[in-house]
Amino acid sequence: MTELPRSIREASELLRARKASALELAELALDRSRADRHNAWLHLSDDHAREQARAADARLRDGNAPLLTGIPWACKDIIGTKKIPTTAGSRILEGYVPVYSATVVERLDAQGAVMVGKTNLDEFAMGSSNENSAFGPVKNPWCAERVPGGSSGGSAVAVAAGEVLFALGTDTGGSIRQPAALTGVVGMKPTYGRVPRWGVVAFASSLDQVGPFANTVEDAAIVCEAIFGKDPNDATMVMDFPNDDLRRDLDKGVKGMRLGVPKEYFSVKGMEPGVERAVRAALKELESQGAKLEEVSLSLTDHGLAVYYIIQPAEASSNLARYDGIRYGLRVEGPDLLETYRRTRGQGFGPEVKRRMILGTYALSAGYYDAYYVKAQKVRTLIKDEYDRVFQKVDALVTPTSPTVAFPIGAKVNDPLAMYLNDIFTLPVNISGLPGISVPCGLSEGLPVGLQVIANSYQERTMFRVAAAYERATPHHLERPKEEAA
Amino acid sequence: MAIDRSVVEKAAGLARIALTEDEVERFTGQLSVVLKAVERLKEVDTEKVSPTASVLPVSDVMREDEIRPGLSREEALANAPKGGRDGEFFRVQQVLEERP
Repeated sequence: MTELPRSIREASELLRARKASALELAELALDRSRADRHNAWLHLSDDHAREQARAADARLRDGNAPLLTGIPWACKDIIGTKKIPTTAGSRILEGYVPVYSATVVERLDAQGAVMVGKTNLDEFAMGSSNENSAFGPVKNPWCAERVPGGSSGGSAVAVAAGEVLFALGTDTGGSIRQPAALTGVVGMKPTYGRVPRWGVVAFASSLDQVGPFANTVEDAAIVCEAIFGKDPNDATMVMDFPNDDLRRDLDKGVKGMRLGVPKEYFSVKGMEPGVERAVRAALKELESQGAKLEEVSLSLTDHGLAVYYIIQPAEASSNLARYDGIRYGLRVEGPDLLETYRRTRGQGFGPEVKRRMILGTYALSAGYYDAYYVKAQKVRTLIKDEYDRVFQKVDALVTPTSPTVAFPIGAKVNDPLAMYLNDIFTLPVNISGLPGISVPCGLSEGLPVGLQVIANSYQERTMFRVAAAYERATPHHLERPKEEAA
Repeated sequence: MAIDRSVVEKAAGLARIALTEDEVERFTGQLSVVLKAVERLKEVDTEKVSPTASVLPVSDVMREDEIRPGLSREEALANAPKGGRDGEFFRVQQVLEERP
């Protein structure tokens, strides 16, 4: 075996038929990850992976092993892993080794999944290109001169390049869906409050959510079934829905479903014609399968960006106050405590993190709080209301994931606003707390394009159903970067 | 809104971040552009709208206050920065003046 199987489903069948062992899959994943040329990894946990693989093989021999037993996966390095370094892509946490694992990691451990290592990301998940990592940019396997998207760029690439079978990322404004779109894999952000965030480095707490990258919609649903569900350590998990039925409607098709197409999503500045063409073709495909497409209006789409770039830095500036050089991470000592704080944070944080700390602090400061923060929260209410109204008429929304394909490394790095516009179609979904998924829908200029399916809160099953119907009818999820072919 | 460098310096001070001259200069320009873009929110009428801090459909959920084990002292101290630990304590610089 020189390549990993195409899906979790396929791998689990091989494991059960004794055609491969978990240890073989782990060694293969480790080999491929070690040979990675995209800077996707910050840490490979070889010994830990082998230990988990041996335990998985024992479990498979005993029978009754869950679907994820023995499946190699990659973990975004903002998700805490016990005894394995966790940096959040920042110098300020270099050398930090958590003393406990995030709940999502514990749940995958309990399933017998095999964690291969930790993946590169934009520092503290702040970015849309993975150029903000303190440990160097991640490169897109489709074209090494281009970005993979961000902030979960390493996780996206690890799946796209066939180094693991799935990965976890986090999505605050599009950080799973956008890199999934730009690297040609499936990426999914769950409903706010459906996945525990205990043990995940906090960025913007009213928006953050953990979710999977995978090769297929079914695989993404399999991972969600493993990580969804209440956790007493996460106060946002107030609703208790069943989580074992997410795959139930995968084969039902879209016949008779009402799918909304927000007209504002197709009129934004900077939308590439090749992206629009691929997405329109996808809409046509869904229509030909019997879905009823309805044009809908989300008039505040443009304002989403402004709301997001107030609320998110404001929350981040508060969350990141904890990095003060006292209890963990970097400490750069000055003549007194205040100067120690200033130097530690000045040297420990990279430029984008500093920009957002300053922006967030400014928006929350006396005299500006009402004009910026409270105003943004009010418009957030209106955006959420607009989505609520639309979901009274349609079962799901289908949109582009990102207005462009992967752009050249360095192209937007000195223009924050241009960079922020990458997330114009994904961040309203976080603002409204909804679930969204990106699935590959073809190429433009030889680079992948993503189709986003958005559903109402807690309606992941509906979202998966639409995405799976599209995936079944098209070959796009099978396309892989050429340089990765064996 | 265009901002000048004193705004950036003040916010950076509140955020306890030391900036270089070059950073102050660069961030002033970049943040002016971002703030100008978010100014557009003024166009939206929010007269009768209440703010959303969280999209969760509940508030003030209570639970029993149960005692559970937390981190051990050794675990809590395990990641102390270089030179930042003194036996069972984190070492910090003096912040209180001694009484005469």
